[in-house]
Amino acid sequence: MLVLGGGILWASDHADAPNTKGKTTDITDLYVFQGANTNDLVFVGNVQGLLSPTATQTAAFDENTLIEFKIDNNGDNVEDLVIQCVYKGGKMYIYGPVKPSQTGTSSTIVGTASVVVPVTAYGASTPVTVTSSTGIMAFAGPRDDPFFFDLDQYHKIIAGTAPGFNNPGHDTFAGTNVMSVVVEVPKSLLNSTGKMGVWLRTAQKN
Amino acid sequence: MKRNLYTIIGLCALTVMLGACHKDKQTTPSDPNTGETFSVTGDQVGRPGIATVFIAAADKDNFNATIPSMMNAAYGAKIQTQLTALNPGYTTNLLGLSAAQFTGVLATDVLNVSTTGTTTYYDGTNVLTGRKLTDDVIDVSLILIFGGPTNAANPTLTSDHVDANDKAFLTAFPYEAAPW
Repeated sequence: MLVLGGGILWASDHADAPNTKGKTTDITDLYVFQGANTNDLVFVGNVQGLLSPTATQTAAFDENTLIEFKIDNNGDNVEDLVIQCVYKGGKMYIYGPVKPSQTGTSSTIVGTASVVVPVTAYGASTPVTVTSSTGIMAFAGPRDDPFFFDLDQYHKIIAGTAPGFNNPGHDTFAGTNVMSVVVEVPKSLLNSTGKMGVWLRTAQKN
Repeated sequence: MKRNLYTIIGLCALTVMLGACHKDKQTTPSDPNTGETFSVTGDQVGRPGIATVFIAAADKDNFNATIPSMMNAAYGAKIQTQLTALNPGYTTNLLGLSAAQFTGVLATDVLNVSTTGTTTYYDGTNVLTGRKLTDDVIDVSLILIFGGPTNAANPTLTSDHVDANDKAFLTAFPYEAAPW
């Protein structure tokens, strides 16, 4: 690992940086894809990776942590819209998509929630979902980590103790969970011009 | 709280009897988070693996605090160095990109998404038009880093041979599988 510049830990973004490792701000993955209804786009923001089933029983979102999707509509890599997700009192409040009050690293919650969804409890037989009058669907709660990768073998390769991957490989993320927010949004609410750029940020109150 | 509620219900019932319960005079429902500011940087992710593979440990927290429009200037050179360290034999990749061109794609860690059609990280035809749950983003990344112009180079490094998730995804919202 050190040979190649130090500290390579390719787990998508799981436990990636010292300041976020093991914290409620630690993002694992971002997914954005067309919904089952092709008029919609689905935004998936996952945090708190590598949760065992036991750890998932007590895992929770953090009222102090904002989970925010940033959306660039015009290719300048500056957000034009945001979807802001804030946990409060057992529910996930989802704001936007809306123009942010300012761009960059400080985020202020804009307006009132578009949709509020109770967090699905671990062990619930069906996921709790809520749809707003504007057609925004929301879910928040523990899910199986959708990421898959033979990370252990990759570590061996990078460390110089293995020449390559095994076939078949072993999914290091098998049997682990994440805390997930899923928001499905009608494309008509996204100022879509054919393409956009999306990134996911977490931030905390000062 | 409960007692107050009963009092209000009682008053309202009394008022109804008197002919007017002004429910319509309520203002906009209060929102517990409106105006709250979150200014302490946490984590930041666009595409899978960019920060983890290409950003050195000492830079990771700063990378998370760097806005995407500034990433190329701040990290482009370091990312190209890392790319050629990972694959000293890098010439071009399956997309025909030189190390400098590929670095230009990698350095701004934003997920490109099509709003008009197929959304996939790479499906053999569409490139970087989104990221589906089923996309094997690791193999795509390995191929682009190690596979050379025809994906014939470094055959033991271009797939981890984990091609799908450990649970089937749902066909309907919220798409992700139930937790273990």
